[in-house]
Amino acid sequence: MYSQGLIGADGKTHEDEAFLNAFQARIDAEQKIEPNDPMPQGYRKTLIRQISQHAHSEIIGMQPEGNWISRAPTLRRKAALLAKVQDEGGHGLYLYSAAETLGVSREEVTDQLLSGAAKYSSIFNYPALTWADIGAIGWLVDGAAIMNQIVLCRCSYGPYARAMIRICKEESFHQRQGYEIMIALCNGSDEQKELAQDALNRFWWPSLMMFGPPEGDSVHSSQSMIWKIKRFSNDDLRDKFINATVPQAEHLGLTIPDPDLKWNEQKQGYDHGDIDWNEFWRVVKGDGICNRDRLKKRRKVHRNGAWVREAALAFASKHAAQQTADAQIAAE
Amino acid sequence: MSETATPLWEVFIRARNGLSHKHAGSIHAADAEMALQAARDVYTRRGEGQSIWVARSSDIIASDPVDKDMLFEPTASKIYRHPTFYDIPDDVGNM
Repeated sequence: MYSQGLIGADGKTHEDEAFLNAFQARIDAEQKIEPNDPMPQGYRKTLIRQISQHAHSEIIGMQPEGNWISRAPTLRRKAALLAKVQDEGGHGLYLYSAAETLGVSREEVTDQLLSGAAKYSSIFNYPALTWADIGAIGWLVDGAAIMNQIVLCRCSYGPYARAMIRICKEESFHQRQGYEIMIALCNGSDEQKELAQDALNRFWWPSLMMFGPPEGDSVHSSQSMIWKIKRFSNDDLRDKFINATVPQAEHLGLTIPDPDLKWNEQKQGYDHGDIDWNEFWRVVKGDGICNRDRLKKRRKVHRNGAWVREAALAFASKHAAQQTADAQIAAE
Repeated sequence: MSETATPLWEVFIRARNGLSHKHAGSIHAADAEMALQAARDVYTRRGEGQSIWVARSSDIIASDPVDKDMLFEPTASKIYRHPTFYDIPDDVGNM
């Protein structure tokens, strides 16, 4: 569900001009690039980085919501949240598979996440403090992710585009269940409505940051556009998200925590206040509220699962050896 | 890397009886039985399947994209393999 404008892309590439032109001609003709096709090194590197960051985000994204499964207010909400968190795990796996088609191993990308070398979406370094946060996460965080991911369905790299189509199909339930939680709270007692407003206050700005900083004239981002890995700028997608979300907040009777938010008749969209990009970079670089906890937990889970992986592999190799021996006896 | 790599499997799913199995994605698993279970968990959470095949990715032999023209280009000129190549008078009706 949760992708972010790629952090730290490096689209540098060293192929000769004829190779690059032939590749670009395929991209311009809207041909999908498949795993064994020739591709520039920079294209491959950018995609490995982007897809694995995206996968890590899904996996780490299970944590803030997973904490609330045992505390969901009703069985209906609990079943929905459980299904949602399970989806996030599945989405992480689709995406890791897509990354692996580019020649990187699952073990390598997992190591990059656990060692802290790889990034994931900054939004998951914010805590889910109340039940209303589960509503806000579904509504805003999944909503922002869907904006991003709908366009990624048309990404030039086939396996990534196919994973995104699957993910988008499964995702719309995530946003709807979140919004439904918000509706229930906003129709409830004053305290419940306050909880909903408080969740919106805390998740609004981090959700806008999910689209990544404005690119300006960033070379890497425009290279991603030329290769049709991405098709819209971070700011364009952010504006689309704001325009879609403001009426939803009005419907709930909640106030967007941005005094500078104004309808702009000329551009037929909202103008918004300044986003605190210092906060964004601080969180990306590891200093958000939950960065350390998230990784600590991920490492612990990975460590605790090691014996299961070892036992499964030991069983598989013993079983395979037995089968080979049986086959030999049968042949004799 | 401290651990042995867990093998990769390709997953094929038959959505409904009457349709063929279609590639759905891939999965890591130690053996065939676990691959089937993992494929079921990862690729059929919403009734997408009636049947699953898994095959070790390393057992799949793929054609090289470099050979694409050699393999597939010759059929482009063989238009006489298509029914529309043949003229049948209209009054004969559908054929």
